[in-house]
Amino acid sequence: MESLESLRNFAIVAHIDHGKSTLADRLIERCGALEAREMRSQVLDSMDIERERGITIKAQTVRLRYLAKDGKTYVLNLMDTPGHVDFAYEVSRSLAACEGSLLVVDSTQGVEAQTLANAYQAIDAGHTLVPLLNKIDLPASEPDRIRQQIEDVVGLDASDAVLISAKTGIGIEDVLEAIVTRLPAPQGQADAPLKALLVDSWYDAYLGVVVLVRVVDGVLRKGMKVRFMGTASTHEADRVGVFTPKKVEVDELGPGEIGFLTAGIKHISATRVGDTVTEERRPASAPLAGFKPSVPVVFCSLFPTDAGAFERLRDSLGKLALNDASFQFEAETSAALGFGFRCGFLGLLHLEIVQERLEREFNLDLVTTAPSVIYRVHRVDGSILTLHNPADMPNPSTITTIEEPWIKATILTPDTYLGDILALCSERRGVQIELTYVGQRALVIYYLPLNEVVFDFYDRLKSVSRGYASFDYVFADYREGDLVPLNILVNDEPVDALACIVHREQADRRGRALCERLKELIPRHLFKIPIQAALGGRIIARETIPALRKDVTAKCYGGDISRKRKLLDKQKEGKKRMRQFGDVEIPQSAFVAVLKTDREK
Amino acid sequence: MANEGLAVYIHWPWCLAKCPYCAFTSFATPPDEDLWREACQTELAFYAARISARRVGSVYIGGGTPSMMNPATLERLLATIARFWPMESDVEITLEANPATVDAAHFQAFRDAGVKRLSLGIQALREDALRFLGRIHGVKEARQAIEAAVRIFPRLSLDLIYARPGQTPEAWTDEVREALAMGAQHLSLYQLTVDPRTAFATRVRHDGACLEAAPEDSARLFETTQEILREAGFPAYEVSNHARPGEESRHNRAVWRYQDYLGIGPAAHGRLRDGGVRFATENPGRPDVWAERVAAYGHGAVRRQALTREEAQREARLMGLRLVEGLNADRWRRLFNEDLDQSLDSPRVDRLVREGLAVKDAQGFRTTPAGLQRLEAILRYLERGQG
Repeated sequence: MESLESLRNFAIVAHIDHGKSTLADRLIERCGALEAREMRSQVLDSMDIERERGITIKAQTVRLRYLAKDGKTYVLNLMDTPGHVDFAYEVSRSLAACEGSLLVVDSTQGVEAQTLANAYQAIDAGHTLVPLLNKIDLPASEPDRIRQQIEDVVGLDASDAVLISAKTGIGIEDVLEAIVTRLPAPQGQADAPLKALLVDSWYDAYLGVVVLVRVVDGVLRKGMKVRFMGTASTHEADRVGVFTPKKVEVDELGPGEIGFLTAGIKHISATRVGDTVTEERRPASAPLAGFKPSVPVVFCSLFPTDAGAFERLRDSLGKLALNDASFQFEAETSAALGFGFRCGFLGLLHLEIVQERLEREFNLDLVTTAPSVIYRVHRVDGSILTLHNPADMPNPSTITTIEEPWIKATILTPDTYLGDILALCSERRGVQIELTYVGQRALVIYYLPLNEVVFDFYDRLKSVSRGYASFDYVFADYREGDLVPLNILVNDEPVDALACIVHREQADRRGRALCERLKELIPRHLFKIPIQAALGGRIIARETIPALRKDVTAKCYGGDISRKRKLLDKQKEGKKRMRQFGDVEIPQSAFVAVLKTDREK
Repeated sequence: MANEGLAVYIHWPWCLAKCPYCAFTSFATPPDEDLWREACQTELAFYAARISARRVGSVYIGGGTPSMMNPATLERLLATIARFWPMESDVEITLEANPATVDAAHFQAFRDAGVKRLSLGIQALREDALRFLGRIHGVKEARQAIEAAVRIFPRLSLDLIYARPGQTPEAWTDEVREALAMGAQHLSLYQLTVDPRTAFATRVRHDGACLEAAPEDSARLFETTQEILREAGFPAYEVSNHARPGEESRHNRAVWRYQDYLGIGPAAHGRLRDGGVRFATENPGRPDVWAERVAAYGHGAVRRQALTREEAQREARLMGLRLVEGLNADRWRRLFNEDLDQSLDSPRVDRLVREGLAVKDAQGFRTTPAGLQRLEAILRYLERGQG
């Protein structure tokens, strides 16, 4: 057990690419937690996908020992946190386990939307913040300007910001001293009943469920019978330990310490993040405040391209859910795409990551439908339907009103692109709340319907700002909207996988765009094919795919028959990748492509 | 029409040089002519023992470049066939020829050996096109060969390749009109397509070269061709084949009508009925492998596959619909002992008829001109209706 005085628990928060994980690497290296041969870039990003995309998805923790200039040895617990808004929930959990944060800002780029969001989250968690200006080794570094920007935009005193280069190691010593001298030590009572915050849990193939805890009061000992107060379950802590970042078993964890326990738990659903762990024999009188559970906000359906892969998809989703409590799925049937799953995600990046992991780690070929949000449908009989699949939209005559989720979006952009960004926001039914200029940059805050953001807002924002605008959002509320179900008919048959819910004012634009895209994506057939967009019974847009004009093999003689016959057989096989609508075959890839971009012509 | 003579195909597997567009089996190595002839004779004997009491309606010597062979070799082969089966009085005997490998004396020797119909692969009447197609002859040689062939053979067919890169409908119109005026009774006009097994395909893969016409251009050229040839009195009787009425290739029409044909020589395929079952035979492409198998088993076939009724009918449909005459109801009954209607998906046939792509009547089922140029799509559509 470590003395409280010698403990420091801290998180690193930053905008994506500002050097958070590299800084973590340097700290681990400096404190000798790993042998040189074990060091690899971004030690804490353990998933391939994290390392490749340079993002952190799961919060990670590591215990470091540091001999400070005052001659004392300190134990530093570092929490590396995700930067992306989709994983804001993971950030808030990590922050709750610490007393202070290092706010990393790229001194060549300056404050970005996630810098702001994460800094405010840390301030809300009661943290002491130490600003770090990173990448000062680069010629484009402007520490004085960025220091001023932190004060102006974030409202944080940056006069004693630490200048570092995580890449070259400049200033790492200063960072360690700042942690020890400027961040507060944790507080807690060693003799009080055990009270530990369940920060995270994940499934490990060898150990079962591993539970990450922050001890607040009391002592967690190996072999202790512990009780999870929220789920009211009791387990024996068969292992207690810390990450260095290797798992190292210890006998006990005292107040202020961060570490893990295993207790022969088979499934993470038995462990609720934010729960309080106490001792069965001498329980705490009241649990810790905990957190709100994370709720999926974006939904889409995943279908295997090959119908035979349905069971494999089910197993793979199950395996992913083992380590991702925020990911939900349930079986679904679509007339267009067959058997698949309706899945819920924290946001678009989360969706993309899950999809990528399924395709890469589980070798599945998927068709993904349009992302959609949760609508609240108020019905004539007074009931409220929570709708997360446009295909389940009830008969309009039974509906009184529909509510949709809105977000509060923060956008930071060089002012050159401001005009286009404001136009984009207003086109997406945005309501402006704030517009502030900071030097050459503008800070814009908007209320936006989430529905308009999930479609292709990121792509459009990136394209109108040439990648310079940064974006972050929090959920605001549910608001009533003039929302209508938009159906797409191919060859006069409605295609459920293409149905969506849109604002009445957007219906014409969206209907036209979808029809135009489908016209490009569906190959020509023997007959011409009408494509229509309909609101209820009213057709609002129509395109026609012309018939094939010529499709015939030039040569076919006696030696060609077998090959030709086999080709026709193969085309029958190829039907698996096509979906049949009467006489029309739609390639599965069209379902994905049609929804990817809503290009303005 | 009841007169359905046996069609005999003999494959000569050598060329002086490989053409970059051609996917037929051929080798640019020195021919082993005697070994080839002897093995062909052995194969003929093998099949003669199984298919007796049939008359031979056509013999087709294809390749490769069979005009490379010694006319005496051909004479001996034809004598072998005549020894095993009675020849019909109007038997069609066709030889494929390359303008670079023949002169008038050589032509006369083939004619004396029994060849009645020459199929001359001139491919183009433009020097740049011949170079692009990798041909070893020029326009002058082609014209001389045509003039000699018209004089010597009762029937002549010319092969041309069109829809070449950059070829306009106007340029092609001039070229094909020149070809029409040269005295042949039959023209095979193929749009250039890049087969994956050819040198052109390698070029497309490596340099991203675009050698095939764009769909709209291809359609326009095809339609133009149909019109010109019809007006000139050479209506299409198959997708790419045109003839003065009565001058159709009897041999190839038998194949498209799905009648029995013997495949002799390397890479040759055959379809033969034996005790009510239809067999597909497939010979190996390499001459040495084929010859060894013939020596060992009396025939070269690496596969002799009994086709199911469904497979045979699918083949009959995909071949028969290439003909303008389409699928004939009486002939179908003789082939399969079953009504043609039973093998067609009637709602789909009705839709094709309604859309003006096909005709269905007492004679049978056939495409309209609009349907013929969309045949692959029609076949896919019909075959899906087959469950």
